[in-house]
Amino acid sequence: MMIPACRLADLPRGEAIRLDIDPPVSVFHTDDGEVFAIDDTCTHQDASLADGWLEGCEVECPLHASKFDLRTGAVDAPPAKLPVRTHEVVVEGGMIYVKVSTDAPNLPPCVAARLAGGPA
Amino acid sequence: MRTVAVVGASLAGLSAARSLRKQGYDGRLVVIGDELHRPYDRPPLSKEFLSGVLGESDLALETDGEDLRAEWLLGTRAVGLDARERTVRLADGGSVRADGIVLATGAAARRLPGSEGLAGVHVLRTLDDARALRDELAGGGRLVVIGGGFIGAEVASTAWALGLDVTVVEAAPTPLAGPLGEEMGRIVSALHTDHGVRLLCGVGVKGLSGEARVDAVLLEDGRTIPADIVVVGVGARPCVEWLEGSGIALDNGVTCGADGRTSLAGVVAVGDCASWYDPRAGHHRRVEHWTGAQERPAAAVATLLAGGAVEPGVPRPPYFWSDQYGVKIQFAGHAAGADSVTIEQGAADDRDVLAVYRRAGHPVAVLGMNQPRLFTRWRKQLAATP
Repeated sequence: MMIPACRLADLPRGEAIRLDIDPPVSVFHTDDGEVFAIDDTCTHQDASLADGWLEGCEVECPLHASKFDLRTGAVDAPPAKLPVRTHEVVVEGGMIYVKVSTDAPNLPPCVAARLAGGPA
Repeated sequence: MRTVAVVGASLAGLSAARSLRKQGYDGRLVVIGDELHRPYDRPPLSKEFLSGVLGESDLALETDGEDLRAEWLLGTRAVGLDARERTVRLADGGSVRADGIVLATGAAARRLPGSEGLAGVHVLRTLDDARALRDELAGGGRLVVIGGGFIGAEVASTAWALGLDVTVVEAAPTPLAGPLGEEMGRIVSALHTDHGVRLLCGVGVKGLSGEARVDAVLLEDGRTIPADIVVVGVGARPCVEWLEGSGIALDNGVTCGADGRTSLAGVVAVGDCASWYDPRAGHHRRVEHWTGAQERPAAAVATLLAGGAVEPGVPRPPYFWSDQYGVKIQFAGHAAGADSVTIEQGAADDRDVLAVYRRAGHPVAVLGMNQPRLFTRWRKQLAATP
């Protein structure tokens, strides 16, 4: 599934936007001009990585400082233990498109429970 | 370097062990921990673990399949350091001789003198502390929290959510005034009264009453607060007694340079037991934050492996968070030097504040309540300004 995210010109370097799909995806435009898409929800607890601290190809969760590699989704710093999903990004005609991964997401316990209809 | 001993097996010790391997150290690695548990995450102990949302396996800091090729000496307390032989003496009579030593023995919860042996009185620092407290909170009743700091406030919040009748007693006129300043300390601690938790400030605790089990907290103004459970949250002291007599420089923790080096060659210190020189502040400061225990070991390990030949960078401003009554509280920087505090976004009454602390017009700290996005922007900006 290819989802149009936004115009490349509307996402300055160093910024991120959140796509409100389920589960949400965030798109990052790094200072070096690369564009990456990963799951927006930190795998540790419910926090939006689009609100996080972008530095190089790494984003730090705004709450508990877990770090994820935007290229691979790997955890670079705890407390998170599971990687975030990465999604393919295509820039075409000045538009950023995200091809959402079909892998299962690694959602934090409280969010996973909520999506499953259980208590948050 | 053929053997490195890491003394302490919590976040700072684990981060040091990880940094050693990441920075190419390939020799023998011994991790010594006084608790029996593998490294676990402490922040949830007063929150999601205490409330039962997270279990013990959720607290593990190591990832599945992670192998640092370390010898783990767990349940083994370090009792002495022989600087000349660079040997760590252990409580079980053993010892570990090493070429490099990382001190990461953390801090221990301060207790209330005279509370020993009285059932129903708790501190909260370790997993075992949290298990014991969680089991008692499950029975409900009246909880008195002594100390309105972050641990005390988080326990109060969790116990309130579990349905207990909660009272917080704070000796200072305003809780959290040290870390947050008077004005913001008042706003954040108002979360207690917002939720019907009693907050008694400016009054000390004279003692506890009860025979085998606590039944009340006695205040210095003569009041008696009935209690079924008491939590003492009056801060922590660095675990450095075992280093006394070793010759290492101590002053409220192990005195360290801005790169983690101690007064002894081949020995660095990290985490809550270490008092690093803070180039921003111009003096030594013992930081008890999770993020310090996570971030600083990389620098200390680089110092250890290079024999002290690395130029330390300026660290990020200290950052910590707290969750209370569903409000995410975040703070970065140092409130102490500020001459003004301005609410830049949100409203104090709505408890969704973004407040910036300034000294002579320059931002020195930022506080967020339910403002993670803006907070992170400010935190980043603080780090960018020397």
